[in-house]
Amino acid sequence: MKVIIIGDGKVGYSLAESLSIEGHDVTIIDKNAEALKKASEYLDVMCIKGNGVSAQTLIEAGVRKTDILIAVTSSDEMNMVCCLAGKKLGAARTIARIRDPEYANELALLRDELELDLVINPEQAAAREIARLLRFTTAIDVEVFARGRVELVEIRVTSGMPIAGMKLMNISKHFSQDILIGAVQRESEVIIPDGSFEIRENDLIYILGRSSSVFNFCKVMGKYPQKIKNVMVAGGGRIAYYLAKSLKNSDMKVKIIESNMERCVELSELLPECLIIKGDGTDELLLHSENLREMDAFVALTGHDEENLVASLIAKQCNVKKVIAKTTRINFPEVIKNMGIDCVVNPKVVTSNYIIKYVRGLENAQGNPVETLYRIIEGQVEAIEFTVKNRSPYLDVPLKDLTLAKGSLVAVIVRKEEIIIPHGNDAIKLGDRVIIITQNRQLSDLNEIFIN
Amino acid sequence: MNFRMIFKTLGFLLIVEAACMLPSVFVSLIYRQDDFSAFIITIVILLAFGVALYSIKPRNLNIYSRDGFAIVSIGWIMVSLFGALPFIFSGAIPSFTDAFFECVSGFSTTGASILNEVESLPKGILFWRSSTHWLGGMGVLVLTLAVLPKAGASTYQIMRAESPGPNPDKLVPKIAQSARILYAIYMALTGITIVMLIVSGMPLFDSFIHGMGAAGTGGFSNMNRSIGEYNNLFSEIVITVAQLVFGVNFTLYYYLLKGNVKSIFKDEEFRFYIGTYVVAVLIITINITGPIFGSAWESLRYATFQASTIMSTTGYSTTDFNLWPTLSKAILVLLMFIGSCAGSTAGGLKCIRIIVLSKTIKREIRKVIHPRSVYAVKSGGKSLDESVLTGVSAFFFTYVAIFTIACIIIAFNGKDLITTFTSVVASISNIGPGLGAVGPYGSYADFSTLSKYVLSFLMLFGRLEIFPMLILFTPSFWSRANI
Repeated sequence: MKVIIIGDGKVGYSLAESLSIEGHDVTIIDKNAEALKKASEYLDVMCIKGNGVSAQTLIEAGVRKTDILIAVTSSDEMNMVCCLAGKKLGAARTIARIRDPEYANELALLRDELELDLVINPEQAAAREIARLLRFTTAIDVEVFARGRVELVEIRVTSGMPIAGMKLMNISKHFSQDILIGAVQRESEVIIPDGSFEIRENDLIYILGRSSSVFNFCKVMGKYPQKIKNVMVAGGGRIAYYLAKSLKNSDMKVKIIESNMERCVELSELLPECLIIKGDGTDELLLHSENLREMDAFVALTGHDEENLVASLIAKQCNVKKVIAKTTRINFPEVIKNMGIDCVVNPKVVTSNYIIKYVRGLENAQGNPVETLYRIIEGQVEAIEFTVKNRSPYLDVPLKDLTLAKGSLVAVIVRKEEIIIPHGNDAIKLGDRVIIITQNRQLSDLNEIFIN
Repeated sequence: MNFRMIFKTLGFLLIVEAACMLPSVFVSLIYRQDDFSAFIITIVILLAFGVALYSIKPRNLNIYSRDGFAIVSIGWIMVSLFGALPFIFSGAIPSFTDAFFECVSGFSTTGASILNEVESLPKGILFWRSSTHWLGGMGVLVLTLAVLPKAGASTYQIMRAESPGPNPDKLVPKIAQSARILYAIYMALTGITIVMLIVSGMPLFDSFIHGMGAAGTGGFSNMNRSIGEYNNLFSEIVITVAQLVFGVNFTLYYYLLKGNVKSIFKDEEFRFYIGTYVVAVLIITINITGPIFGSAWESLRYATFQASTIMSTTGYSTTDFNLWPTLSKAILVLLMFIGSCAGSTAGGLKCIRIIVLSKTIKREIRKVIHPRSVYAVKSGGKSLDESVLTGVSAFFFTYVAIFTIACIIIAFNGKDLITTFTSVVASISNIGPGLGAVGPYGSYADFSTLSKYVLSFLMLFGRLEIFPMLILFTPSFWSRANI
């Protein structure tokens, strides 16, 4: 597909990287030649220096034959105008990043009037992700499938857990039939395990299953989920705002620390139910005086990655149960996890995953559309949810009779209300949602993982 | 330096070279002049080295800028070394130095020859000699990129190092596809040239030789007296036009294919190129009418051909321009320096650099008058980045510096100043014939062995636009840690 990306910032670059590796023809437009330099040097894409709003630049980039135009410049208004111009000049689909909360309420209107096909708000998406992590505290990471009925949870195996040293086939005997271990990360190696695989201490395992089954499994493993009541947020940016809004319904109390007085006043107007404190989120004294020790969760959302990491470490030392740090620039999740911080959320990654999922879905609009896509273990493994809409030879055939591509796994079959962890005798039927775990990136059709 | 990846790519390059030798094998089969075994031995050697290198398992697949440069410079030297083997094995050019010189001259599309007598050579060898022009014109590595099974993003470094011009553009987002489009345009234009030459009455084999020579803007002929041998006006017109066509930036042809006719005539470099050509033809015509040729028409015929062949850095000849008046020869030497457009198959400094340099001079003069003035140097309506300007100035200085050093080394041969000077220009600008002893009917046979190597490397310097070759001589380029 032909893709134009306007704005070569963090998100633009990582989108261009993923899309060009998947084989799409990517053209990047940016006003800043410096920014384009990196892209033109390291990526197989075309770079055009110019203003993405100008019709001339867009035509030079080949907007007339473009399948998708993605506007991810730093300005919302610019993104909207780019998409509008692109649409009028013939782009088939447009995606805009609109992040200002003021526009968030008028999104439906904007979408219709500007004929946008997808609007992505990175801060909101990141806030949703954080909210989900706060609701499920045992996990390092939680992803949801099938509208939230299936969860993918990442936990670290510690010495006390009964599954350490156990083979996978014995786990289903001893514990539960309803969960599946879909991927294991041992040091830097990634394994899609089979029945004879033995779990060891310190492995990161990814568990899939119905939300309640996963919850119970974690409970048996000795990871009692703790209910979080008090959340402290350092930094009162947009993510903090969206996070506070989405936590409003789940009776968690939120305390936001923000250093800018004007922003504090603004937040107190917007979020009357939250406690807003003016101060530096990395000031240890302030954090202690605001009873950091009594908090159940600490979320660091300031604009500086380093401050977020330092504040998180302070929180971890105070034995806060769940510590989440936001990073935008620094991208070493492994290093950060080793420091003891529970989770790292990167809005850039969240945004590009979301857009890539949309692009993949478009790519096979006729085949089996991708419903959900998650990249786990630094993008080395993907968990993809397909809906089976077309007849094909692999339907109704027991899985034991099918050969799967190497490094792939049929993890879950969702059939109406039923959630099946498939065994050899189960078969995929028309209309099922199927969750696949695969190391083969670029999978865009269910047929691709079956070998005849 | 990622040596494993560099050698893996070079292995693939040698396999491609072996494949490119097949048409010559075919030709030698048709004419049966006992050069067949020379090609077969060379192909076996190429495949042995190529497959061995290609089977290297790299630990890390990334190629960075300097790895790309290394692939291009080492690749060109390797391709020339192996390409010289058929000349040696067949006994056509027994000396290794001469065979290497001839092969570098072929791949760098120079067309300078150490052979005084070419008509007796086996046809297969002649065909291979001219195929090197065709391959070198668009670039052997661009061809490799076009057929490489998996051309990643990092291969852009290779294309950038091999393509002529200060700022090569990709035509489409994907590198491999850009390379394929370039080669498709190149093949189509070459095909048209060859067909037109056949129509003009040139023998079939000769049409292929001269068609490939004109396309690569090389200049090897299978006749001792080059195109002058045929004395065929129609063939001369075909070659004149073809040389000019191959001296134009290929991006413009891509625009033309997409129906964007206007952009060609708007292109500043194209206008400068054609303008310079027309002015040069006019001056030479007026200058040689009378003392050399009787009628203005006859002068025009030779002036158009010679100006086109020199400006496009091809180096064919229809007459001995050594005998022309000094003014005409001076114009031709000037054209040797300027060369054609960036992104073409031709050599020289390239019109775009001349344009940018003159604009920089204009800015410097304005700065003297208005010291605080801010003045953006523009080309084609877009203002040029300061780094491009300094890049062009640095390129120009390096070009002159290398030119001067080479002149001094060649001067040890004790030849006259004109021969010394023009042999260096003709090599670094990839033209072939110069003036004096290296004129259109002369050859490079009498130079010393050292001079032949110096000239061979000058041709590679000119073809690869200096820096990819220059870094080979930079010690820090080779060290692993690169400090």
